[in-house]
Amino acid sequence: MNFKELELLRATAKEGIKLRLGEEPSDNFKYHVLVCGGTGCHSVGCQNTLQALQKAIDSQGLQDTVKLVVTGCMGTCEMGPVITVFPDGYYYCRVQPEDAEELVTSHLKEGKYVDRLCYHTADGTVQPRKSDMTFFKKQKRNALRNCGLINQTSIEEYIAVGGFKALAKTLQEMTPQQVVDEVKKSGLRGRGGGGFPTGLKWQFVLDQKSDQKYVVCNGDEGDPGAFMDRSVLEDDPYSVIEAMTIGGYAVGANKGYAYIRLEYPKAIDHFNKALARAREVGLLGNNILESDFSFDIEIRVGAGAFVCGEETALLASIEGRRGEPRPRPPFPAVSGLFEKPTLLNNVETYASICPIIINGGEWYATMGTEKSKGTKVFTLAGKINNTGLVEIPLGLTLREMVEDIGGGVPNGKAFKAAQTGGPSGGCIPAAYLDTPIDYENLAALGSIVGSGGMIIVDESTCMVDLAKFYLGFTQDESCGKCTPCRIGTKRMLEILERITKGLGKPEDLDLLVELANSIKASALCGLGQTAPNPILSTLRYFRDEFEAHIKDKTCPAGVCKMPRKGLKS
Amino acid sequence: MGTECTCNCNQSKLDALFAQYKGNPNGLIVVMAAIQESQGYLPKDLLVRTAEELGVPLSDVYGVATFYAAFSLRPRGRHSVNLCLGTACYVKGAPEVQSMLEKEMGIKAGNTTEDRRFSLDLVRCLGACGIAPVLTVNGEVYPRMTAEKVTEVLSKYE
Repeated sequence: MNFKELELLRATAKEGIKLRLGEEPSDNFKYHVLVCGGTGCHSVGCQNTLQALQKAIDSQGLQDTVKLVVTGCMGTCEMGPVITVFPDGYYYCRVQPEDAEELVTSHLKEGKYVDRLCYHTADGTVQPRKSDMTFFKKQKRNALRNCGLINQTSIEEYIAVGGFKALAKTLQEMTPQQVVDEVKKSGLRGRGGGGFPTGLKWQFVLDQKSDQKYVVCNGDEGDPGAFMDRSVLEDDPYSVIEAMTIGGYAVGANKGYAYIRLEYPKAIDHFNKALARAREVGLLGNNILESDFSFDIEIRVGAGAFVCGEETALLASIEGRRGEPRPRPPFPAVSGLFEKPTLLNNVETYASICPIIINGGEWYATMGTEKSKGTKVFTLAGKINNTGLVEIPLGLTLREMVEDIGGGVPNGKAFKAAQTGGPSGGCIPAAYLDTPIDYENLAALGSIVGSGGMIIVDESTCMVDLAKFYLGFTQDESCGKCTPCRIGTKRMLEILERITKGLGKPEDLDLLVELANSIKASALCGLGQTAPNPILSTLRYFRDEFEAHIKDKTCPAGVCKMPRKGLKS
Repeated sequence: MGTECTCNCNQSKLDALFAQYKGNPNGLIVVMAAIQESQGYLPKDLLVRTAEELGVPLSDVYGVATFYAAFSLRPRGRHSVNLCLGTACYVKGAPEVQSMLEKEMGIKAGNTTEDRRFSLDLVRCLGACGIAPVLTVNGEVYPRMTAEKVTEVLSKYE
């Protein structure tokens, strides 16, 4: 395929999805029925709903006017199976196979939407279309732009919505330095958790002189409570492939590796299919789009180790070794995979690249706050009505996130805290609900944006127990190479276990702080350096709960099982 | 060298991988993942062969085998039960499901029942937080698990 053929294909492919984009179609389809095939919906039986819909469509003789499409995650994972009906984007939740007949008759035949299957807010208001839903209103989708809109592995549908436009533009019109400059202008920061300026990283790799360079995608999303990378890999694999290829062109690499964790079999499958298809049509491999540029990508499947999310550990794992981190410098940009300069970014970072190339870095920088530009994907989960995948412009307040998008805490319980950044992050209590979400503000509160996991907890969650949970996780996942992380986290965990059993001593809290600070200062990699954060932040905002466990031998939330009073430690 | 595969599965696939990565230590995890997949665990004889073919010291092979959660040095149960202990699952009741699973199977998580019917493992975040707590059996997903549902789910697997 060459540049001209790509545009021709785009024109034909676009005809097939116009209805979904709000444009007048030239084909015979009156409706597009999109069924969410994301993991959340899949596990609650979306394939049965799909079959039932197909059957109802056929039996009513609508197969020539209704198109049924399986897409990726639409965002509201709690309400699966979810379907969207275009035109107008009517949004139906928890659609069971037995609902199919009514839906087809009423909506697709008679043109009347089915009220009872629409999204209802907690106070009973109906929000029938996507555009009516508070869940979507404050969102802005860049990285997730295609999730829930196109067929997950169809290169035609990806091209129809503007796919490979950015790659064609870089190859035809831009020098590598111009590509890097555009990324710099956007202000995009690494979305994997570190928040390092992406453009600067690209510049470092571009500046290296080497016979061989690599592009690596970190798809080892191991943070408990985070699943944005999974969704992008499953639902929009071509956007990552295209961005990695652009990265290869920008820094001068011809080989890429996508490291995807083993726990995501569907992501591996979809990414593999997408790679094969891209190669088949000449958008990957030798002389891409008949240009001088060649680039290919190989998948490496992780083998189950959280520490491999750490960049130097991930590189060791691709090389076939234990995924243990090493001290930096040298940074991977200088000496990375097989000791060659390596461009290493996370999935969501890559997913943000193509819109930046097409619309320009300045466009991206108009979104967000002064130092935190653009949009960020969060996974909203825990004790919240609308759990799911959410992409917001940075700078939205936590309250807008919890109340407007999340629909509040269920069962009339009180919001207690938002835990952000997983085991490397911390808790933000109710007093700070009006804080705008960005890298700086969350750091000032003792938490981090991290990879974007956001777990909401209510009054029935014990904060000491939650801190213990995270510490158990890091203790378990510590690679064991450095002493502060291996032994330090173990000692902290032991103290927390004592406290939750009612055997804590008042001096334990000071000891925890002392240990936490020395581990932060001395651990080798990010895993160890951030492991104490959940403890420090819960101690900062919920010290009274720790004290209640120690002094009164009670758990205010009623989670920890306390012995009878007076038991000696 | 040339250990016969006892279960006549995927022998040729492994041979092909050994040929592809002959003398190349970078293929270690790829080869071991293939063995784990075809055998259900990493038998000692195949690890010895891996070390020889790829030119990696056996101690390093052992080091990698014990480092990653995906690898097991012991035979596994017929049905692999994984309970997600990600944060969303944890705050929504996964610990109660865990106690029930351990009680029903009579083993602690991380082990295999004596009759090799089940292996029970705790996994860290399956990335399906919207339907927490999540349990998977042989990859099949059971959303919104509760301790009460455990017996019913397990009874489906012989």
